Amino acid sequence: MKPLASDRAFLLLLAAVLAVALLLIISIATPFGLSAYLSNAIGQLAAFAVLALSLDLIWGYLGILSLGHGLFFGIGGYVVAMHLLKHSYEVTGRVPDFMQFMGWSEFPFYWAGFGFFPYALLMMVAVVLLISGVFGYVSFRSRVGGVYFAIITQALVYVAMLLMFRNDSGFGGNNGMTGFAVVFGWPIGLNGVVIAMAAGSVLVLGMTLLGCRMLLGSRFGILMIAARDDEVRLRTLGYETLRLKLVVWCLSALIAALAGMLYVPQVGIINPRLLAPELSLEIAVWVAIGGRGHLIGAVIGAVLVNAVKFWLSTAAPELWPFILSGLIVLVVLVFPNGLIDLAKLKLARPMGVQRLSSETPELR
Amino acid sequence: MSGVALLIDSVTVEFGSFRAIDMLSLAIDFGEVRAVIGPNGAGKTTLLDVISGITRPKQGRVIFDEATDITRASESAIARAGVRRKFQKPSIFEGLSVQQHIAIGAQGALRRSLSEDALINRVDEMLEAVGLADLAQRSASELAHGQKQWLEIGMVLASNPKLLMLDEPVAGLTEEETERTVALVRNLKRSDRAIVVVEHDMDFVERIADRVTVLHEGRTLFEGSMANARADERVIDVYLGR
Repeated sequence: MKPLASDRAFLLLLAAVLAVALLLIISIATPFGLSAYLSNAIGQLAAFAVLALSLDLIWGYLGILSLGHGLFFGIGGYVVAMHLLKHSYEVTGRVPDFMQFMGWSEFPFYWAGFGFFPYALLMMVAVVLLISGVFGYVSFRSRVGGVYFAIITQALVYVAMLLMFRNDSGFGGNNGMTGFAVVFGWPIGLNGVVIAMAAGSVLVLGMTLLGCRMLLGSRFGILMIAARDDEVRLRTLGYETLRLKLVVWCLSALIAALAGMLYVPQVGIINPRLLAPELSLEIAVWVAIGGRGHLIGAVIGAVLVNAVKFWLSTAAPELWPFILSGLIVLVVLVFPNGLIDLAKLKLARPMGVQRLSSETPELR
Repeated sequence: MSGVALLIDSVTVEFGSFRAIDMLSLAIDFGEVRAVIGPNGAGKTTLLDVISGITRPKQGRVIFDEATDITRASESAIARAGVRRKFQKPSIFEGLSVQQHIAIGAQGALRRSLSEDALINRVDEMLEAVGLADLAQRSASELAHGQKQWLEIGMVLASNPKLLMLDEPVAGLTEEETERTVALVRNLKRSDRAIVVVEHDMDFVERIADRVTVLHEGRTLFEGSMANARADERVIDVYLGR
């Protein structure tokens, strides 16, 4: 990996992300700039981009494919939804829908403290680390990898979905949780608040990008790539790859949960559909389309695919599955490294042609 | 330093009903270059797999440096004890540069063992030794086959191993590269190091090995000098005569 200062493509992307954040911040305070509707869409895209980065970290740079990252996204989403409902209840006194539906007048005991955001954040970290830590340790210790690991992660997110569909669990059941009224003391529907949440999401995307880039540029990142390319070789050089993989796996899960915390307040609802295998599969598709093993690829893939999806969901929703499948086929057949290949194509073509004509003996 | 670097004590390895190694015992001394030869399927690579912890034996013990039982230790713990191996197929990290490979080999654990200065010195020294100093910043994926072999040798040497195993180090190399490998291996010989070489190139073996062990169907068929191995009826029958 190039030194950060000379990695122009990355710096360009980072600058673009920060420019969008700045534009959003200007839009909060002044009547000029972006509308709340557009800001909201950008904020959601940013959350998806963070989610794609979390998968790229573990899949693109460590070679471990997870088809269950929706689980951690969902945990982040559920925790922030609990916080928002509890906080809204404390401010407005209105009992959340799901409790009225169940005929409860009091929150279940495990909701205690969730109105206090730092506590909710701490709970999120604890739950994500517990689940990803135990699952990762058991899997990596028994050397479960490749497609087997991917299938188990898929099963895990499916189990979580079934669990959350239960109405008596105290997490909203099949209707999920909605009706968030207040965020950090502010009415959540206010234009300025909507734009501020989007700005926050874009800023978090920028910080995640920079954080991932710094990690990958460090000695630890070099070892990640070594473990991806030949794990047995790395192990027989004295490196305990179990610890390496576990640390990155848990970090990736935390970033996915962070994305969930950004996403749910902006869409205003969470239900178990978020834990459906479809979303978890789609994350891998975004990363594959953009370019696995490139931070830029993950961001571009997530933003591009979801922007098209947003647009089509109003223009022609029935076309979406065909377009998504078409993109996958295109990537698999033509651009095995994703859209990143497009950039290389431009640079490589003329040189490749030259070499063919002058140096290949068969062509003389 | 003298003494037994590696003791293989009645080791048996089975894959299903196939016995890859059959009650094999073997002792390799410090200061020695030992060649392990034999026909395909004799159990040479399996033996190296057992020593490096990749394959678990069904029975028997593997003792390193007279005191450390590494039979059930993990690959990384065995490596940290001072055992290194070059694999048959050049095993390198396609996504990393030449220099990064040597640095990984030199640190030899998640926890840093060398200071930044010591590491830089060690890496430079190793790059010089394997003749890749000019290519230090190149990506390993751009190297030719012979250079990849040398890169892996440099990577395993960087930690100064006490037991070095080379699995077919000259396979696919040109004559000139083979010549350089002979010089390198002779140079690596030290009184506190044991070197095990698995190789099919008999001329190469003759030039570097102090003793050879001929394996056949998981057992020792012959042990002694290369000259005697060439004269041995049984060895000619199963391997050299073919």
